[in-house]
Amino acid sequence: MDQLALDVAHLFAGGLVLTSFMLLYQDRMTGLINTFALHALVVSFSVAWQAYIQQAPHLYVTAAIALVVKALVIPLALHRIIVRLGIHRTIEPVVGIGQTMLAGIGLVALSVMVMLPITAQAGTLAREDLAFALSVILLGLLMMISRRNAVSQVIGFMSIENGLILAATGAKGMPLVVEISVAFSILIALIVIGIFLFRIRERFETVDIHVLHEHRGEQP
Amino acid sequence: MAIALELVVQLGQMLVVLALAPLLTGYVRKVKARLLRRQGPPLLQPYRDLLRLVRKEVVLAQNASWLFRVAPYLIFATTWVAAALVPTFATGLIFSHAADMIAIVALLGSARFMLALAGLDVGTSFGGIGSSREMMIASLAEPAMLMVVFTLSLLAGSTQLSSIAASMQGPGVGLRVSLALALVGLIMVAIAENARIPVDNPATHLELTMVHEAMILEYSGRHLALIEAASHLKLLLYISIIACVFVPWGTAVSGQGLGAYVAGLGIYAAKLAAAGFMLAVFETVIAKMRVFRVSDFLGAALMLGFLATLLLFVSRVT
Repeated sequence: MDQLALDVAHLFAGGLVLTSFMLLYQDRMTGLINTFALHALVVSFSVAWQAYIQQAPHLYVTAAIALVVKALVIPLALHRIIVRLGIHRTIEPVVGIGQTMLAGIGLVALSVMVMLPITAQAGTLAREDLAFALSVILLGLLMMISRRNAVSQVIGFMSIENGLILAATGAKGMPLVVEISVAFSILIALIVIGIFLFRIRERFETVDIHVLHEHRGEQP
Repeated sequence: MAIALELVVQLGQMLVVLALAPLLTGYVRKVKARLLRRQGPPLLQPYRDLLRLVRKEVVLAQNASWLFRVAPYLIFATTWVAAALVPTFATGLIFSHAADMIAIVALLGSARFMLALAGLDVGTSFGGIGSSREMMIASLAEPAMLMVVFTLSLLAGSTQLSSIAASMQGPGVGLRVSLALALVGLIMVAIAENARIPVDNPATHLELTMVHEAMILEYSGRHLALIEAASHLKLLLYISIIACVFVPWGTAVSGQGLGAYVAGLGIYAAKLAAAGFMLAVFETVIAKMRVFRVSDFLGAALMLGFLATLLLFVSRVT
């Protein structure tokens, strides 16, 4: 494997981590969804490049699924959902972008420190991809706990799935069946979550999940 | 003899930097005015402003201490020395062996410290606001700048700007996402440091938005001229750093002879013009942000610097 192939793979994987940070930084709903579409686009490029350098044609299918489903269908559906919920112009009060960013940098450093030693005998590319994939997953989790709006939590959840795809393709050999079933489960999750969002809104007239906590009798 | 010649070239570089800096500022102003469909001041206006200020008498506040009178000279001197260390039309000049990129950051930091002290010295509340805001910006911009420096030196194996420029032209760099992150981070830091539009507006005296202008409000005459010249130099310096690290092609290497220097000078002027044009376009299309959002902006620059270093670290270890 020549140096250029490695560099391009590094570029896409690093770009994915950067896009995860951009997701953390966005506070407008439409901007958030567009950034998520970019996230999925970067993942599909990354997977396509892996397919090219590993000569694994089935990964092209994975890339195509990521491109169509997650970069087009889901963002469009989310745009429709937020317009119908009437929250497409709201600015979400993100608690302390500075602290969130610092926590994110800490998580990336942590995943690099954890992943590099334990994958010592794996190939260069797999190690790098695993480290970056773990960071994307942790950043997605950070996004889910730092946001109050249910739609942004859904986006955090989807970005975790992108991280999983990055890990699976880097590790050489994820069966296509698994990818298809994962893609479908994500779509179904989107539908379920979409219905759920409308139910929350009907019940509480908002999609701020803190109201749910109060409803359960917890202190906010 | 050879050393004398190198000294002459170095002195020439310092004079070129000093002479070009007001022209660059005038050029950016002119392009901005034309983009807004105004006529704009002539290109040479900054020189005339400086000349006029030098001729005018100095008006000092009654309670101004010696610090207030000394600060402009120190600010100008440190900025000029820092500008002399940056490769402009030629790399590997004799002074550039004396100090590296970290020293340049330190020199600019001390200039900023002097400016903040001078802003506090007279005791007006307005200067105090400017100084405190400047320090808030500095506390985020300097770490971000240092992270960018670390990224570049990890990649090039040296903190020397000349060797960084040389290794950027070499084949060993490849396609690096870290470089792109470092470039964006450095541009954000440069915008903040030079008090350009999304962070501060250099053309306004509106109270709520001022940072740089608030600190120098009490200055007049030749002191003001020196501070203005230093801020022109600083803009040129940042553009030169960006050009020398990320667009290093066409710069002469020390000792190549007069022809190479002249060609390098021409290419350097073209780079400055291109960068100034892009700055003017950027400033025209973007709106100024609130002071309290500056920390988010610079926090993003710091984050980019960190991320660039981390990504580089991963690819070095593996």
